[in-house]
Amino acid sequence: MKYQVVIGLEVHTQLTTNTKIFCGCSTRFGAPPNSQTCPVCLGLPGALPVLNRKVVDYAIRAGLATNCSIAPRSIFARKNYFYPDLPKGYQISQFDLPICLNGHLDIEVEGERKRIGITRIHMEEDAGKLVHADLPGVGDDSCVDLNRACTPLLEVVSEPDLRSPDEAIAYLKKLHQIVVYLGICDGNLEEGSFRCDANVSLMPVGSTVFGTRAELKNINSFRFIKQAIEYEMERQAEILDEGGRIIQETRLFDPNTGTTRSMRGKEEAHDYRYFPDPDLVPVIIDEAWIAEVRATLPELPEAKRTRFAAELGLSEYDAEVLAASRELAAYFEATVALFPQPKTVSNWVMGEVTRALNEDGKGIADSPVSPAQLAALLQLMEQGTISGKIAKTVFDEMYKTGKEPAAIVAEKGLVQVSDTGAIEAIIDEVLAKEAGQLAEYRSGKDKLFGFFVGQVMRASKGKANPALVNELLLKKLNG
Amino acid sequence: MEIFELTLHELHQKLKAKELSSVEATRAMLARIESVEDRVNAFISVTPEQALLEAEAADRRISRGEIDLLTGIPIGLKDIFITKGIRTTCGSKILENFVPPYDGTAVARLKERGAVIVGKLNQDEFAMGSSTESSYFGATRNPWDLDCTPGGSSGGSAAAVAAQQATATLGTDTGGSIRQPASHCGCVGLKPTYGRVSRYGVIAYASSLDQVGPLTRDVTDAAIMLGAVAGYDPLDSTSVDTPVPDYLAGLSAGVKGLKIGLPKEYFIEGLDPDVKHSLDQAIALYRSLGAEIREVSLPHTEYAVATYYLVATAEASSNLARYDGVRFGHRSEAARGLADMYAKSRAEGFGSEVKRRIMLGTYALSSGYYDAYYLKAQKVRTLIQQDFLGAFQEVDLLLTPIAPTPPFKIGEKLADPLQMYLSDIFTIPVNLAGTCALSVPAGFSGGGLPIGLQLIGKPFGEQSILSAAYAFERETDWHKRKAAL
Repeated sequence: MKYQVVIGLEVHTQLTTNTKIFCGCSTRFGAPPNSQTCPVCLGLPGALPVLNRKVVDYAIRAGLATNCSIAPRSIFARKNYFYPDLPKGYQISQFDLPICLNGHLDIEVEGERKRIGITRIHMEEDAGKLVHADLPGVGDDSCVDLNRACTPLLEVVSEPDLRSPDEAIAYLKKLHQIVVYLGICDGNLEEGSFRCDANVSLMPVGSTVFGTRAELKNINSFRFIKQAIEYEMERQAEILDEGGRIIQETRLFDPNTGTTRSMRGKEEAHDYRYFPDPDLVPVIIDEAWIAEVRATLPELPEAKRTRFAAELGLSEYDAEVLAASRELAAYFEATVALFPQPKTVSNWVMGEVTRALNEDGKGIADSPVSPAQLAALLQLMEQGTISGKIAKTVFDEMYKTGKEPAAIVAEKGLVQVSDTGAIEAIIDEVLAKEAGQLAEYRSGKDKLFGFFVGQVMRASKGKANPALVNELLLKKLNG
Repeated sequence: MEIFELTLHELHQKLKAKELSSVEATRAMLARIESVEDRVNAFISVTPEQALLEAEAADRRISRGEIDLLTGIPIGLKDIFITKGIRTTCGSKILENFVPPYDGTAVARLKERGAVIVGKLNQDEFAMGSSTESSYFGATRNPWDLDCTPGGSSGGSAAAVAAQQATATLGTDTGGSIRQPASHCGCVGLKPTYGRVSRYGVIAYASSLDQVGPLTRDVTDAAIMLGAVAGYDPLDSTSVDTPVPDYLAGLSAGVKGLKIGLPKEYFIEGLDPDVKHSLDQAIALYRSLGAEIREVSLPHTEYAVATYYLVATAEASSNLARYDGVRFGHRSEAARGLADMYAKSRAEGFGSEVKRRIMLGTYALSSGYYDAYYLKAQKVRTLIQQDFLGAFQEVDLLLTPIAPTPPFKIGEKLADPLQMYLSDIFTIPVNLAGTCALSVPAGFSGGGLPIGLQLIGKPFGEQSILSAAYAFERETDWHKRKAAL
């Protein structure tokens, strides 16, 4: 029996607001345990939540960027369950009236474009962290760190429109790119800023009735998502082939074995007893607020990519690479503004600049070479003051010292020699020295042309204008 | 006149005139507490050292000429109020040793004005009850008759006022828990409009119903206490940002031309004859003062108790989930493993009434029952609210009994919880509607037990019920009688 997989994804993105969603504690990652807490996020008796307006801003941003409709009125609801990392014994989330509804993302897999629906986006608070490792003085016990409790999350729920692990990855990568671009999430999967749960089910090929799904949790990289889904597809297919039934359950992915295992036995769906949180008032969003947020939306990666290709004449590949990161795109465009030759700039940004940064372990935001400096370098090249090869040397020096290209060229005497007389003189010298090779060339060994070019370049310490060298050498050899 | 017999405004005058110091007043109060406490059991914690320090600080302020109406006044707080560094139990074993790291807003506001906190007062556990009998720390006794309950859940707050163990107290009211004990103890008790006073730092029972309010010896004191704590608080999302009027300013406005409604559903057969008599007298008095008395109807009254016991318990079941033994409060020593820790800590820590309401509330919210119970109750609540708003189109305020009977004997209503629930019939609807109401002493039963009358005002109409109560108080001396302890 052939099965078609149906995948729905729930992504939790941690928002990069300075403070938590319902209190003024910092959201900074990595602080000592329980040092970023207060009565509210500790769930102490008598404490009450107060909504951080910025979280709503960020949610509206996410909704607009994914083509959702923004609810004019949305409600916070309590999701009730007991767990030590949940101080109040309930999570403040949204249930009946989430802030965003009915959006979509377009993905591309193997050249095919597909629209994936987004059912909803809602705001909620994160839980704390349980630490089970051996801690000094604590032994076998587990400990609770509530720094993370009350951190704002946006939960993005996709429609079950995904039909392959590759589609799932494409969707996740697109969503990841968008939230990072919007500046609302740092997208750090290892730190848990972007978490994905996958709902996976199988149905017979050609059927329209979805099978029972399993929910996969604890997957913190794109690679693992693919592994987890593929394993799950195999597991479910085996069960169905043997005539068995899939149990609706939560399964944990184990990255060491690449398998999933059941987390909660044969338990039914947990009854969370959702009800509207009486400590919070409805979130009212008017058109003016939405317009305010819309005005601050950056150009999104897809639009930027299209513009780079169509207006700046970049190849699809180059456009995609440069548009992938907002900072990289900004660096590129700043350079183009000063040196309006997009193709040259893109070659250098994707080439030398990226190489140097990678070797140095730095990101584009920390580049020691500014767009203005890069543009100046490219100007010098264009003017013929230096050759392309010398320019690379100058760039390395710029990167190391932070000096301006013109200063480096002057200091090191790297100005390209374009004086025909001077070049001719060097050529004469070389030809005189290599009389033997000259004779061989004249008797038909054309390949030696490159040898002569090399010798002339060496004699000029690389500064001879390569185009002129070629031209003059040819004349001398054949004339 | 003993110092502890003075009203708040009287004590303030003496402090202002430097006839008395706060330290003297506080010492007198602490001595009074000691002398009657073994009979009344109004307090869970008395804080003499802290109180004297606060009194000394108040005296320093007063000597600099910085005196507020609350400066130097000995106040008692229901043990539901979070007080930094002072044990706060909410009447429960599960918080028996809980010492909060912060002050709630109402408490902070009193402290800012230089009030002196003499102690934390007894209450029904987690504010669930109408008699203070469910407190882990034993029942409080009614100073007017030590075999009777003082009412609840703010029984300690009311008894302390009646026994003159504090100049004034703060309590909370979710279904009548300020007004009913005030009535049973012969003092004034006011429940402000929902959102008038911050709930930050008040241990939550039912979030959409709880309100903070004063219990005092007379109406003037209630106006002063309300003014001291009312007002918008950015730490409470449900607190309302409207200006706080000067409640003292309009007190003697009188009731001439005021339209007072009598909801016919409240004047039922089976009302205790002493209660009925007091109410009749009060109505006649208002008439003689120039008020216009009319009958009105609040047709959905009969559904109020059921609605309350679904909404309140549902919210409570969620609010009390945080008492899990993980971070604070009682943790069972006998527990093995996580689920066991939860189950045993809560089973050991909570009393039976609390458990009853948590189970009821959990049921009302559970899958398959949510629509029929919780959601339905919230819809009926809207109808009850509309009843009041409709009545307020015709009249300015409502006059009703507080309780169907005078204070009952300790142990009398414990056999059947439902009986206890039904006795809240007159106070519950006000919480559901979210509006304001107060209880003012209106007489005594044949057995010498206090009877109060309820005045219900429009939302944010605290001024009008205070002035109407003041007018009544001026013509009567029920509030001047003292319990013989």
